[in-house]
Amino acid sequence: MDFTYTDDQRAFRDAMRALLMVEASPERVREGWELDAGISPQLQELIAAQGLSALSVPEAFGGLGLADTDWALLSQEFGYYAVPDAALNTAYPAACLIAALPDAPSLQQATLPRLAAGELQLAISHPLNPLVADADRADLVLAWADSEVHAVPRSAVDVSALASVDPARRLYRVSLETGAGTRVADAAQGEVLWRELINRSNLAICGQLLGLTQRILDISIDYSAQRKQFGKAIGSFQAVKHHMADVAVQSEFAKPVFNRAAWAVEHGHPLRDVYVSQARLACSEAAALAARNGIQLHGAMGYTWECDLQIFMKRIWALASSWGDAAFHKARVADWLFAPDTEIGPGKTFI
Amino acid sequence: MDLHYTAEQNAFRAEVRAWMQQHVPREALPDYDTFEGFQAHRAWEKTLNSAGYAGITWPEALGGRGASLFEWLIFEEEYWAADAPLRLNQNGVFLLGPTLMEYGTEAQKARFLPRMAACDDMWAQAWSEPGAGSDMAAIRTTAVRDGDHYVINGQKTWSTRARWADWIFGLFRTEAGSQRHHGLSYLLVPLDTPGVTIRPIRQLNGLAGFAEIFFDNVRVPVDCCLGAEGEGWNVAMATAGFERGLLLRSPARYQQTARRLRTLYLANRDAADRDLSIRDAVIRAISATEAYALSTYRTVSMLAKGSKIGPESSTNKIFWSELDLLLHDTALRILGSRAELDTPESRRWMEGFMFAQAGPIYAGSNEIQRNIVAERMLGMPRQ
Repeated sequence: MDFTYTDDQRAFRDAMRALLMVEASPERVREGWELDAGISPQLQELIAAQGLSALSVPEAFGGLGLADTDWALLSQEFGYYAVPDAALNTAYPAACLIAALPDAPSLQQATLPRLAAGELQLAISHPLNPLVADADRADLVLAWADSEVHAVPRSAVDVSALASVDPARRLYRVSLETGAGTRVADAAQGEVLWRELINRSNLAICGQLLGLTQRILDISIDYSAQRKQFGKAIGSFQAVKHHMADVAVQSEFAKPVFNRAAWAVEHGHPLRDVYVSQARLACSEAAALAARNGIQLHGAMGYTWECDLQIFMKRIWALASSWGDAAFHKARVADWLFAPDTEIGPGKTFI
Repeated sequence: MDLHYTAEQNAFRAEVRAWMQQHVPREALPDYDTFEGFQAHRAWEKTLNSAGYAGITWPEALGGRGASLFEWLIFEEEYWAADAPLRLNQNGVFLLGPTLMEYGTEAQKARFLPRMAACDDMWAQAWSEPGAGSDMAAIRTTAVRDGDHYVINGQKTWSTRARWADWIFGLFRTEAGSQRHHGLSYLLVPLDTPGVTIRPIRQLNGLAGFAEIFFDNVRVPVDCCLGAEGEGWNVAMATAGFERGLLLRSPARYQQTARRLRTLYLANRDAADRDLSIRDAVIRAISATEAYALSTYRTVSMLAKGSKIGPESSTNKIFWSELDLLLHDTALRILGSRAELDTPESRRWMEGFMFAQAGPIYAGSNEIQRNIVAERMLGMPRQ
């Protein structure tokens, strides 16, 4: 029994943090807002040059083959610095799905090394994810069709852009034709593959939400130390402190739920769907409170375009129902929790 | 990260489970805040101690098992799952015990710990005073040095289970004219000393679960001072850390309540589902219970690797006390109009609900806890 991350995992996370602290400043995130891609070219180049797109590609295909618990730490950093979706957060579940395809060696050869090299962009179309991020720039769309997995080239996909509240998100509704030529896994295989993809997409979102929560805590607490009213820093007032303490409590107790979920996905634990949904509900709640209390603490400044709070707050709002709304995740928990044979408690649901 | 129990841990669980099946009384004991119940619970503590289970993390020489914190968690899980009696001497075993290990002299440890484990000495805490609740540094009860004794005068209150206890532990002002957390000493006081008067206070459930203690020239030998004279605040903060941080509220207690809540909901599902927010609350309460268990396993994992409990542990008390409220509030909503009735079905939930009201108040009110989280964990300014 050891519910901690290894020194290596934490060292890798720290290195990523150091990199993003310099390269993914709020100014750089804002630059992306004005561009078609939603991400600044420097940040995009950095992701390719540093091999970040290789993180989840198996070593056999030229990647780093990181495990889900590695990702659990990294995705919090991507959230903290509000790194936009496609290059990392989509690549992780998509690369894992392609690598797990039981009978598509040519697709794997054609995509994974290029993905690792940062030369290939993917998008994912699934009923739980009707707003497909970065579909217009994707070389290939992984598409769900009656549980089958299809790999559809961009040329066969029609996209129409949708504006998101988050100025960095590039969302599209897609229409595409699937057929024998695009099918890379049948429905039976697809059931398994999509299940893991849904779980990993949610892990990626959970990690981002925790990172965003921490960022809002940090910038709000900084602001509360600088901003003075009634002759003292507003952070010294109890009502203000308690807003932040409430966020810290929710966040502290969402983290271990998230860590268990990542471990369960990595090890194929039979209850991984439930654990992922419990994590998602906890992380979403913590993040929503962070956004709410963060803007309250910033006062009128928080309501301005100028204040960087919006970068993180809007990402939280945007991700709220991505890859499953609360109803979806509660249903996954309830289906298990209220089944007649379910046993809960020590030795039953911890591991 | 490895979330599997070791073979030794599984064997330990099996051992505890078998012991509990054999020894836990078939019928629930009378409430420990009645005289009859007090005696029955004291006898139960002795039974526990005969197996080395009273303070399992203590060294064997002092009456424990030298168990790891993982084994402590497993023990607690099996203890609560077996619906074993509440721990009469919990303030002694879980709060004073670890403090004695850290600050006590060898003589004090040998004198107090084995008798505490056997419940030969039943301990009560004596922190609060009429003018010192959340603001514990406002303590005024004095202990004036007179040769090899302290002479205590003043009043303590909200002293849990002091009515029939043998000893108390608490903070007393040993330096005349000292202010706030300076000049306090951590004293251990036998309650049969002349000059001690105990007045029971009836609690919300009708029973005298706590008491006021009056001190009128009470003479206590100086070897009853724990840690250095005048250093009481630091010693007491260590106790507060155990209480809020880990030992007093293991997740197992809430896991057992969560299990009962699930059973209650499923048995009343048709009626309960007329209000879908009840289903929501059941999911939330049970998920939060797991979150508390997971968080504790994380803390124990870190301690096992040699880390210390950090300021983030101040989130614990807020979380478990609000979790307890949610669990019981949800149960009462499921029971509906039956909840108020004194019936076998409702009584335990209502008693738990009432006790849950105290959670956000005792051991440092949750308002104080939020200040601590903001100041020590988040680094926000004090004033």
